[in-house]
Amino acid sequence: MSLAWVLTLGALLFSLGIYGVLARRNAVLVLMGIELMLNAVNVNLIAFDAWIRQGNATGQIFALFIITVAAAEVGVGLAIVLLVFRRRETINVDEVNLLKW
Amino acid sequence: MVAVLLAHEEAHATAQAAGFFAGNAWLIPALPFVAVGVIVFFGKRFRGKGAEVGIAATSISWLLSVIILVTRYVGGGGPVVLRSVRWFPLGRDLGLGLGMRLDGLTSIMFVVVTTVSLLVQIYSLGYMHGDRRYTWYYAALNIFTGSMLNLVIADNLMQLLIGWELVGICSYLLIGHWWEEKPNSDAAIKAFITTKTGDIPFLIGVFVLFAAARTFNITEIIHQVEDGNLSHVTLTAAAILLFGGAIGKSAQFPLHVWLPDAMAGPTPVSALIHAATMVTAGVFLVARLFPVFEASPQALNEVALIGAFTMLLAALLAMVQDDIKRVLAYSTVSQLAYMMAALGVGAGNAGIFHLFTHAWFKALLFLGAGSVIHAVHSNNMSEMGGLRKFMPHTYRTFLIGSVALAGIPPLAGFWSKDEILTEAFRVGARTIPAHGSPVVGSIVYGVGIVTAFLTAFYMSRAVHLTFQGEYRGHGRPHESPATMTGPLWVLAGLSLVAGFAGFPGWQKGFGAWVGVGGETRVPEAHLLLIAVSVVVALAGIGLGRALYARVPARDPLLRLGWFHTLLVNKYYLDEFYMRGIVRPIRDRVSAAIGTRKGGGILRYLQSGDVQRYAAALFAGVAILAFLFTKF
Amino acid sequence: MMLDEWVLTVAVFAPLAGAGVIAALPKGREAAVKMSALVASGVALVAGVIALARFDFGSTGEMQLGIDKGWIDSIGARYHMGVDGIALPLLLLTVLLTFLCVLYSQRIMPKPHKPKGFFALILLLETGMAGTFTALDLVLFFVFWELVLVPMYFLIAVWGSERKEYSAIKFFLYTLFGSVFMLLGFLAMYFRSVDPATGKHTFDMLVLQHQAFGSPAFEHMIFLGLFLGFAIKVPMWPFHTWLPDAHGDAPTVGSVLLAGILLKMGTYGFIRIALPMLPERAVEWAPYIGALAVISILYGALNCLAQKDIKRLIAFSSVGHMGFVMLGIATLTDVGINAAVFGMVAHGIITGMLFFLAGSVYERYHTRVIDDIGPGMLLKLPRMGAILAFSAIASLGLPGLAGFWGEVLALLAAFNPARGLSSPLFRAYAVLGGVGTILTAGYFLWLLQRLNLGQVRERWANDPHIDDVRPVEVAAWSPLLVGILALGVYPRAVLEMTGGAVSKLAGFFS
Repeated sequence: MSLAWVLTLGALLFSLGIYGVLARRNAVLVLMGIELMLNAVNVNLIAFDAWIRQGNATGQIFALFIITVAAAEVGVGLAIVLLVFRRRETINVDEVNLLKW
Repeated sequence: MVAVLLAHEEAHATAQAAGFFAGNAWLIPALPFVAVGVIVFFGKRFRGKGAEVGIAATSISWLLSVIILVTRYVGGGGPVVLRSVRWFPLGRDLGLGLGMRLDGLTSIMFVVVTTVSLLVQIYSLGYMHGDRRYTWYYAALNIFTGSMLNLVIADNLMQLLIGWELVGICSYLLIGHWWEEKPNSDAAIKAFITTKTGDIPFLIGVFVLFAAARTFNITEIIHQVEDGNLSHVTLTAAAILLFGGAIGKSAQFPLHVWLPDAMAGPTPVSALIHAATMVTAGVFLVARLFPVFEASPQALNEVALIGAFTMLLAALLAMVQDDIKRVLAYSTVSQLAYMMAALGVGAGNAGIFHLFTHAWFKALLFLGAGSVIHAVHSNNMSEMGGLRKFMPHTYRTFLIGSVALAGIPPLAGFWSKDEILTEAFRVGARTIPAHGSPVVGSIVYGVGIVTAFLTAFYMSRAVHLTFQGEYRGHGRPHESPATMTGPLWVLAGLSLVAGFAGFPGWQKGFGAWVGVGGETRVPEAHLLLIAVSVVVALAGIGLGRALYARVPARDPLLRLGWFHTLLVNKYYLDEFYMRGIVRPIRDRVSAAIGTRKGGGILRYLQSGDVQRYAAALFAGVAILAFLFTKF
Repeated sequence: MMLDEWVLTVAVFAPLAGAGVIAALPKGREAAVKMSALVASGVALVAGVIALARFDFGSTGEMQLGIDKGWIDSIGARYHMGVDGIALPLLLLTVLLTFLCVLYSQRIMPKPHKPKGFFALILLLETGMAGTFTALDLVLFFVFWELVLVPMYFLIAVWGSERKEYSAIKFFLYTLFGSVFMLLGFLAMYFRSVDPATGKHTFDMLVLQHQAFGSPAFEHMIFLGLFLGFAIKVPMWPFHTWLPDAHGDAPTVGSVLLAGILLKMGTYGFIRIALPMLPERAVEWAPYIGALAVISILYGALNCLAQKDIKRLIAFSSVGHMGFVMLGIATLTDVGINAAVFGMVAHGIITGMLFFLAGSVYERYHTRVIDDIGPGMLLKLPRMGAILAFSAIASLGLPGLAGFWGEVLALLAAFNPARGLSSPLFRAYAVLGGVGTILTAGYFLWLLQRLNLGQVRERWANDPHIDDVRPVEVAAWSPLLVGILALGVYPRAVLEMTGGAVSKLAGFFS
C-alpha cells in the first residue's frame, strides 16, 4: 500500500469535517465535524510517521497530543453548547450570532 | 550688486571687524524674548505688572538699533555682517544655522520695528490701563517684537520662516485679545488661517529654492542667482510662490480680507502689527530676496500688477467705511500695495523707503484713532465729530499723519510716494533700465495717481467726520493722558521729517545705502510729476472738505448707487470665501466623511455567524497553500 | 561593562517586576500599590537616563548597550536587545511618559477604582512598549509587540467610558489582525534567511538587514504582511477606524500611552524592520505609502473639523500627525526619516499632553462634548485653558515648539525624495501636506474658540467642583510642557541622536 492512499483517506476525512463545520446548523454536529478534521490530521501524522521512519516517532507523539487536546476541546465545546441550550433553547448556530456589534 | 559682492567678500567678517554693536546685533531680537520669559513667570510681581520689563528690553533693543544704524550710516553703509552658528544637523551633509545678516535693509527695519514697538508699549500704559490681561498683553507684544526682529535679521529662509509664523501667531493672540466676544476670536482665526493659506506657497517656494540651491542661506542663494546657477524656470516658480506668502502677510488681493477684521484687536496692536511692522513682512521678504524676483520678469510683473490692483481696490473700500480703524486698515492695504508695486517695477529702494515713512505716519494715525476711541468708546465716525475742541493734541497729530499720508510736501508720505510714482513713470517711459515691463510701469503710475487722489479724499473725509463739526457721541470726551499723547507727538515729529532721508538727488540719502537687492540708486525728481501728484492730493483733500465739512444728512457717496453697495459689501469677497470655501469644508465635507458611514460595508463582514468566519478562514488557507506552491 | 549590558534589561523588566509585586500585594493596600508602581516606573526611568548617559553619541548608527544571550536555541531566537539613535529617543519617551502617567494616577484614577489591576496593567504595558523599542530579535520583538495588546485591552474595557467594550474589542481585533500578517512576514524572512556565522536560519534583526528573501514577488508578499501589521498600528488611512474609538473611550492614561507610544510602534516597525530588511521593495512601495500618508493627513484633519467630542478630535488629529511621520518615512531620505523620528517624539509629548488635558477636563466636567464644556473654559480655568492653548498651538505646528520640525522637515523631505522615487509625485504630496497644515491650524483654532474663548457657560460658572490645575497635574505635566518648548527651540537634542542611525538607514536607498 502506498502512502498516497492513506493521505487520500486523510484528505477525504478532512473534507467531510469541513463540510460538517461549514454546513451543519446543529452545534453538536459542528463539533463532530471538528473531531473529524482533527482525526484526519491524526491519520496523516501516523501515516507520515510510518512511511518516513526517523526513529523517534514524532508523528505518533503528536497524534497523542492531538487526541488529548481534542478531548479537552470537545469537553469545553459541549459545555458551551449545553449552556447555550439552557439559555436560548436552541443549538442552531444561525441563531447564536451574538458575536457582533 | 555691490552689496552682494561685499557680502561675499565679507562673509567672514568677524564681530571685531564689524564693531561690537554690529557684531552682536543678534542681541536685538534676543532681548524681547528674554523679557517674555521674565514677564510670563514673574510679571505680576512687578509694580508695573510686567510692562516695565517689556519696555526696558525694547528700549535696549531700540538703542542698539539706533547705534547700529548711525554707525553704519557714518561708515557709509559698511559691510554686510554675517554670523551664524550651527543649529542642528539635518541628514548627512546638511544642517540648519541660526544666524544674522546685517545690512542696510536690516538696520532700517530694526529701527522701524523697535521704535514703533517701544512707542506702542509706552502708549499702551495708558490705553490698556486696567485691562484684565495686562501682563499677558505685554508678554505677547514682546514675543511679537522678538519674532519680527528675528524675521528681519534671519540669514536663512528657515529662520525667516520661523519669525514669519511666530508673528502670525502673535497677531492671532493679540487680535483675539478680548476673546470674551466672539467676533474678536472670529477675526483672530480669520487672520491666522488667511495668512497661513499664503504661507503654504511661501513654504513651497522656500523648498523650490532649496532644491535648486541646496541651501537655505539667503546670502548663498542670492550669490547663486547672481552667478546664474539657477534656471529661469526655478526662479520664476520660486518667486511667484514666495510672493504667495507676501500676499497673505501683507494683505494683498485676494488674501487682503483678514486685515480689516484684524482691527478687532486693541488699537495699539493694530498700530504695531497691522500697520507698521508685521504686515510689511511681505514687502520685506520681496526686498530681501529681490535678486530672485529680479531674475524673473514674470514674477516682477505679477508683483507689480497685484500691487496696482490692490491699491485701487483697497482705497475705494476705505472711502465708504464708518469705522475709523477700518478706514485706516484699508488704507494700510492700499499703501502696502504701493510698496509692492514699487518692488514690482524694480524700484526696491523706493518701496522700502515708503515702508519706512509709512510706518511712522500710519502708526501715528492708528494711535491717534486709538486715542479717539479711548475717549468716545466707539469706533464709528458717526458717533464722533467735533473732537478738535476736546482733544487738541490728538487732533493736531492726527492731522499731521493724515497730511503725510495724503502726500503733501514736505511731509514724509509725499517723498516716498512720489519716488514710487516717479520710478514707475520712468519705467513706463523707458528712461531707466528695468527688469519689469514698461507697460506695467505705466499701469502702476496711472493707478498710483488715481489711488493718491482717493487716499487724500478718504483721509480728508475721516478727519472731517472725526474732528470737525459737532460732537455726535455720548458723554464728554477728554484728551488722553501723556503716556498716550507723548508717543503721538514723537511719531508726528518723525512723520514730519522722515521724508527728507530720501531727498531726491541726495547722494548719501536713503536709497543710496539701504541698497535693496544691491542697487544703490539715488532718487531723482521731476518737477512736473511732483506738480501732478501735489495737485491730485490737494484735489482729493478739497473734495473731502467740500463733501464732509458740514456733516451731510445723507452720505454723498450713496449717489454712486450700485457701486456703493458693492463697496459696502467689500466686493462680496468675504461672502464668497465663507460660502464657497470655509463652510463647505468645515461643515459639509468634514461632516460627510466625519460621521460613521465608512464602516457600513465592513459591518456586513462581521455577521456574528461563526460558520461564515470559518469559511473565510478555510478560503484563506486554500489561497495561501496555492500561493506557496506557486512561489 | 556589566552596567551597559544590563541597563536595557532593567529598563524593560523593572516594570514587569513591579507588576509582579503589585499582583502579590494583598487587596486593599492601595498606598503600597501606588508606591510600588511609582518605584517600578521610576527605576525604568532612571535606567533610561543611565542608558542616555552611557550612550555614545559619536556612533549613533551602531547598536549600543547591547545584550545577546541564548534564548530558544531550537529556533535560533535570542535574547538580543540594544539601542541606536532611532530606538533610544523612543525608549526614553516610553519610560518618561509611563512614569508621568503613573504619577498622574497617584491622585486621579478612573472608575471603577481597582488600583491593583490598573497599575499592574500599566506596568505590564510599559514592559511591552519598552521591549518593542529595544528588541533586536524578531521573536522577541513580536512577543513584546503582542504583550502590549493585553493590558491595553483591559485598560480600555474595564476603566474606559461609553462604549468601552466595543472599543476594546475593536482595538484588539484590528491590531491582532495586523500582527498575524506581520508574523507571517517574520516567518517568511526567517525561513529564507541564512546567518553567515552559523549557517542556520535567523531571527536576528541586524543579520536580516543583509539578506535576500527570494523573488521580488515573494518579497512583496513579505512587505505586504509587514505593512499590514505596522500600518494598522500607526494607523494609516484606511486602517485607522479603531483609533478614535479606542482613544475616545480609553481612560486618560490609556489614551496618553496609546497616542504617545503605541502608535509609534507602527512607525518604528517601518523604520527598523520593513525599510532596512526590504529596501528594494520599500522603494516600490514608497509612493503608495506616501499617498496613504497624505490621505491620512487630509482625512484626519477633515474629520477633526467634524468632531464634537474633544477626545475623538485629538484622536483624529493623531491620524493626521502620524500621516506626516509616514510621509517622512516614505521619502526614504535621511531628512525625511529624521523628521519622522522627531515627529514621533514630538507627537508623543504633545498629544500625550493633549490627552492628559482632555482627561482632566472630562474629570471635572463629566462630559467630553466640546460645546457642552465651552465656551469660556479659559475664564473658568485660566491655567488649564492656557496649557490647553499652548499644547494645541504646539500641535498645529508653530515654530519654536516641538510640533513644527517634524512637519516642516517631512514636507521638505517630500519635496526632495530619495533617488528612484518620482519627484513630481512627492512634490505633489508636499503641497497636499501643506494644505493639511492649514486645515490643522483651522481645527485647532476652532477648538480653542469653542472650548476656551468666550463667556463662561452659566451651567459651570459657579460649580465648585471645577477646580483649576492641581499639584499632581503640575508635576505630571511640567516635564511635557518643558519638553515641548525645549525640543522646539533645540531640536538638536533629538536630531543629534538620530542623525547617525538615520544616515546609515538612508544609505540603503542611495
